[in-house]
Amino acid sequence: MPKPDEMDFYKQEDLLNIDRRPPETPWMDTPVDVRPGTFIYPGKGKNLKVLDLPNPREWAVTDDDWKLPDGWKQTVLDGMAERLSRYRSFKLFMDTCVRCGACADKCHFFIGSGDPKNMPVLRAELLRSIYRKDFTALGKVFGKLAGGRELTPDVIKEWFYYFFQCTECRRCSVFCPFGIDTAEITMMGRELLGLLGLYVNWVIEPVANCFRLGNHLGIQPHGLVDTLEFMAEDIEEATGIKVDIPINKKGAEILFVTPSGDFVADPGIYTCMSYMLLFHQLGIDYTWSTYASDGGNFGLFTSHEMMKRLNAKIYTEAKRLGVKWILGGECGHMWRVLHQYMDTMNGPADFLEVPKSPVTGTVFENAGSTKMIHIMEFLSDVIRHGKLELDPSRNDHIRVTLHDSCNPARAMGILEEPRYVIKNVCNHFVEMPENTIREQTFCCGGGAGLGTDENMEIRLRGGLPRGNAVRHVQEQHGVNQLAAMCAIDRATLTTVCDYWAPGVKVTGISELVANATVFDGEKERTHNLRLEPIPGKEAPEDADEERMAPSHV
Amino acid sequence: MKMLVPLVAVGGLFVVGLLGAAPGMGVVFGVVLPYLAFALFLGGVVYRVMAWANVPVPFRIPTTCGQQKSLPWIKQDKLENPHNMWTVLGRMALEVLFFRSLLRNTKSEMVEGKRLVYGTDLSLWIAAMAMHWSLLIVLIRHLRLMTNPVPAVVTFIEKTDGFMEVGLPVVFATSVVFLVALAYLLWRRVGSAQIRYISLIGDYFPLFLLLGIGISGFVVRHLAKTDVVGIKELVLGLTHFAPVVPESIGAVFYGHLFLVSVLVGYFPFSKLVHMAGVFMSPTRNLANNNRRVRHINPWDYPVKVHPYEEYEDELRQKMITAGIPVERQ
Repeated sequence: MPKPDEMDFYKQEDLLNIDRRPPETPWMDTPVDVRPGTFIYPGKGKNLKVLDLPNPREWAVTDDDWKLPDGWKQTVLDGMAERLSRYRSFKLFMDTCVRCGACADKCHFFIGSGDPKNMPVLRAELLRSIYRKDFTALGKVFGKLAGGRELTPDVIKEWFYYFFQCTECRRCSVFCPFGIDTAEITMMGRELLGLLGLYVNWVIEPVANCFRLGNHLGIQPHGLVDTLEFMAEDIEEATGIKVDIPINKKGAEILFVTPSGDFVADPGIYTCMSYMLLFHQLGIDYTWSTYASDGGNFGLFTSHEMMKRLNAKIYTEAKRLGVKWILGGECGHMWRVLHQYMDTMNGPADFLEVPKSPVTGTVFENAGSTKMIHIMEFLSDVIRHGKLELDPSRNDHIRVTLHDSCNPARAMGILEEPRYVIKNVCNHFVEMPENTIREQTFCCGGGAGLGTDENMEIRLRGGLPRGNAVRHVQEQHGVNQLAAMCAIDRATLTTVCDYWAPGVKVTGISELVANATVFDGEKERTHNLRLEPIPGKEAPEDADEERMAPSHV
Repeated sequence: MKMLVPLVAVGGLFVVGLLGAAPGMGVVFGVVLPYLAFALFLGGVVYRVMAWANVPVPFRIPTTCGQQKSLPWIKQDKLENPHNMWTVLGRMALEVLFFRSLLRNTKSEMVEGKRLVYGTDLSLWIAAMAMHWSLLIVLIRHLRLMTNPVPAVVTFIEKTDGFMEVGLPVVFATSVVFLVALAYLLWRRVGSAQIRYISLIGDYFPLFLLLGIGISGFVVRHLAKTDVVGIKELVLGLTHFAPVVPESIGAVFYGHLFLVSVLVGYFPFSKLVHMAGVFMSPTRNLANNNRRVRHINPWDYPVKVHPYEEYEDELRQKMITAGIPVERQ
């Protein structure tokens, strides 16, 4: 029997039977329905201790008593007051909502669940109702009549439940006439929960790892060497090319930083292998770092302070190694942090130079202050200058579509670069329907620290809009691969596709590039980086084997 | 309950306003309360805006809705992803004047029990545009009462607005559009199960109030016997800080004026402040130039980090064994 943390536990017809009718009881009087498969396990005390976080203890979401610290209510209200005085976004978004409901069916969790508290407006009202009661003139006088409510342990439970059912994807903020961004609300909600020691382990354990060892997975320096060497062996097997593995190399021109998920998880490892191959081919003087071995930053899913604590190592390491500038791999939330927060939090990076491609000489003025550019900006420039010999026919068996990852799309606007790259390395590129791509792209359902299996039901529900759009191009155009420039996507969309669009595989974009690149000194390419035979490019003996194999369609 | 309380409240307020026609009450409802309401409005809005403005914007967090400015051969979407002040102004103008984000609205639906489809849904955008723009034109038309001589632009707008040439006095198109749009917005709030579920008293009250103002205004102009000259005398007096209270003004006008006073006074304490708030949203009014121009957080403070030295101290032996360069042997 499958369990609630397994995909097979859920029947498609059950999940598709979505009832959008709200409950009979008003939302303030409707307590949360906590059932396995819909929540993430609490942060373990040992991880909180590594990070000096308050109230480390063991507890369970299903417990009646969450062991809130003494004076918890005042802690929350003081925390709110502090944040209202520090973040204009927070104060403004508490005040300006008119509850027009334009955001309601823009959230993938609402579309997939029908739960009214997954409408972005109501997710924000969970906080706003407390704000009205304790921080506004009308609310202080009229209380419930003015839409206020008392802060109780049930409210805290509701916050915990719903602020970890938001992936901070910002899709709703595209549609809001006042630009209200639920990611801001959720971030504040999570910070307030954190003051009481309420974290989810799937976020806070990676944070603790990242703080101590430089990456979320807790890979130690020698482990990273082993991992990259193992990849180098696979690269050699597929291409016949021996790549260097520069690690913590002082004086390198470029520090390369990518999410650690791509060191271990299939299919992210192929993206990582592709970086190594492409840098080798382009003759780039770069280095990996073991100390800054993760560009990803689960601090973003914890608190602004934690984001800054984890992010600090990137500039520190760039300075220590004496590199000129920094290049970042394919990742989603990592790029939100690098683009919108890093320079402010840990800059100025005045010890670095404005990124200049050693391959083409292009100077990336758009990163003139932060001094870090995206691998797709870098590669699209390389391809534009014809510095890679490409044979897209090697990808002819692939019909690929592009999933715009939330943060690169809605916090940067890096939309054309990946498309340009894909179109140069694949002959068969198809777009998903227009309301599901670019700035309107749908989240994988597992971002912002939700990508574990414990909340499988919520992930599958949240993944429905994306899965449905993939299914559409699969049926209409025979799409068999979904490209995504995000490590969380590569992990979570695999589940989403297996469930909602079985047969579609997930790939990074750099992987498509490496598979199409004609490398100097390569052997005859019969296998791709996954060591799968390339259809139409098999060596004669492989082709024979295939012909002789029994056909079973 | 959530609808009944504000409906009864607005009805009650209107009845209270009728008292303005009672002997000696003209001063209260025609002078004191309008001044009080206007003072509340000015003070309140300034207070609210200052309260927002006094809170810093620690991070630059625009929501980008189009292609960024990066490489010269890639076309930037300037209005959806602005990179400097001018393009931000363009984006904000579209947002404030034409409700750009609302125009994007879609409606999602599950068809055949398994296929999600998204259709453009312009109904909310049309209703919102109709309501806000007609309200603005109605306000401009009311300048006739506050000015002498009446500026040509007001006369021109009146003429255009009265193009239907129906009724005497002429029925203005915007009066009708305003009421119809409000009625739609109310119907939508009540009719949609989701919107009804999220609605508060504070969402119904302004709707009923605006409807009450619109209807009573229509009655004053077209149905009740109204002393227009007297009204103009009153309003001119108010705007020139030399109040006079003509005797002959009808009760309905006082009801209308009182509802306006309530709306204006209530404005800063309610969701209606979105009018000012829309200008200040950090997801809209900032340029997406984060990597080009450093944004400063005024309250930035040092945080506890794990320095490289501590990292190496803990892992030095393992690093040396694995052949990784270290700072100290």
